[in-house]
Amino acid sequence: MSAVPTKTPQPGAMPQEKGKRDRGELGILISSHIVLIAWSLIVVLPLLWTVFSSAKTTGEIFSGPFTMPHDIIGTLKDNFSSAWNDSHLGRYLLNTVIVVGIALALVMALGSMCAYTLARFPFPGSRAIYYLILAGNTFPIFLAIVPLFFVLKNVGLLNSLPGLILTYVAFAFPFTVFFLYPFFRALPAEIGEAAELDGAGDWRTFVQVMLPMARPGIAAVAIFNFLGLWNQFLLPVALNTNEKNYVLSQGMANFASSAGYEVNFGALFAGVVITVIPVLIVYIIFQRQLQGSLSAGTIK
Amino acid sequence: MPSAGTPTAAPRRGGRRMRPSRLLFVLITVGLPMVLYLGLVIWPFLQAIYYSLTNWGGFSSSMDFIGLDNYKAIFSDDVFMKALRNNVILAILVPLVTVVLSFVLATMVTVGGSTTGAVRGLKGSSIYRVVSFFPYTIPAIVIGLIWAQMYDPSKGIVNGLLTHLPFGLGDRFNSFAWLGETATAMPASIFVIVWGFVGFYMVLFVAAIKGIPAELYDAARIDGAGRLRTMFSVTLPMIRETVQTAYIYLGVLALDAFVYMAALNPTGGPDNSTLVMSQDLFKTAFSQGQYGRASAMGVVLAAVTLLFAALVFGVNRLLGGKSDK
Repeated sequence: MSAVPTKTPQPGAMPQEKGKRDRGELGILISSHIVLIAWSLIVVLPLLWTVFSSAKTTGEIFSGPFTMPHDIIGTLKDNFSSAWNDSHLGRYLLNTVIVVGIALALVMALGSMCAYTLARFPFPGSRAIYYLILAGNTFPIFLAIVPLFFVLKNVGLLNSLPGLILTYVAFAFPFTVFFLYPFFRALPAEIGEAAELDGAGDWRTFVQVMLPMARPGIAAVAIFNFLGLWNQFLLPVALNTNEKNYVLSQGMANFASSAGYEVNFGALFAGVVITVIPVLIVYIIFQRQLQGSLSAGTIK
Repeated sequence: MPSAGTPTAAPRRGGRRMRPSRLLFVLITVGLPMVLYLGLVIWPFLQAIYYSLTNWGGFSSSMDFIGLDNYKAIFSDDVFMKALRNNVILAILVPLVTVVLSFVLATMVTVGGSTTGAVRGLKGSSIYRVVSFFPYTIPAIVIGLIWAQMYDPSKGIVNGLLTHLPFGLGDRFNSFAWLGETATAMPASIFVIVWGFVGFYMVLFVAAIKGIPAELYDAARIDGAGRLRTMFSVTLPMIRETVQTAYIYLGVLALDAFVYMAALNPTGGPDNSTLVMSQDLFKTAFSQGQYGRASAMGVVLAAVTLLFAALVFGVNRLLGGKSDK
């Protein structure tokens, strides 16, 4: 992992195109655009259709995929309030924010601490610990799920938010260390030693000197961990079956499992919109940074 | 090992002698997370292996060691074997289709522009990257829900569009149940997973391609290499490691596939055509309470996952990849 500066693409900054592009060039240019536009449509259409359908009553949804809604504002209100209140998505959203927020903060703190120490202060056995952490990255969660259920049950944390938070932290931990370790390794040791000579203790050196220098890596891991935990499905479904403590993904799965005639499809689409839009907006705002972090992650 | 009273010894990296304060720092920074990690990840992994050798039903106190009986049982269970086969199909097709599609799109975005002069990206390409990445921000369960609605025989938009095909072609799609026919349930499900990941890997490949020195492209061009040739002889070898990583991640994901299948066809699809091991495991454990048997399924799933990763590494090396890193 070297600090290769990643060029952010600048779409507008292309030099003047020469007019001598022959016809084959133009053909490739056009077909590239056509393929890319086609894929973009395949991505966007389902999302637009979901928003469109969230303005329809269940009856209108049943009468066909393109039936126009007749009372957009009223139906939107009904559908969203049904999803938010009757399907409890409001509460599940709050649960999700609590669980993911706390777990993310914890795993970033623990993971960066551990990665830093393993990278900078090797001790007998540190290599073994590092490989043990890598191993956790390799095995599927499904292997652990049954014993995990009983571990949490035995310590009384099954079906509780703290139990879910700790599990999230534990399973996001190996990826965090795996990703941050090379960042801390690449930091010059001299800087840490200089800080020590200036009288900074290990904690201060870590928090005030080294941590800020690893910021690009930390930002990237935080984003991936956020998405991973926000999307987490198996852990809550298996370990958090108390409906009061449901997270958003479980609330949405309820729609799927109760598939049948009593499903309020308008509310289902509204629920999808509620789940998708906040993260999508955050993504659009931060997409430049995110793509930068992705590059930081690949160029090792 | 900690030797007190050597304050004059310069603190060396990797030194064996640590000051007490440094020792405390190391103990806390590594020890604290490791307690959690060992307790909630490693310990359950090890327990699962042991459970898989017992007839444990969970709540009863009897947990008898029965050797490999659970494994014999699941390997002669048609449903589980079908799920295993489905997982293998997924592990072959999902990474292949996703990687090829995202590589092609990434190539178009980065080197699709003019071939005269320096390598430059396609005009307006950032919008494609931003849009393609959308699905990655959507929880998998919601992706499954959206597509279950899209595929709906009568109220879904897929048939809504296809029935308008000209020359009577559209009639075939009248109320066609994409997820309800054995022939189409699996391909339709695979498409959903691919849809969710192409954008992410496209962005990843774009980042990797941008890291390739421009001189390589210039050199290839001077040597008269066409676009296709450049793609296979310059771009692909240069981002080989990224492709390998993508392949492994996608394979691991396809061997799980729980969320997608649970959302699209909660009960395994027509004739179990989309049932995967993880679904079978979940049912065996949490609906039927056969924890020993479910753990054996988990071990098989883990073994297949490791085998897959080893296979990808092996093939990459055979094809001339670097073995380091």
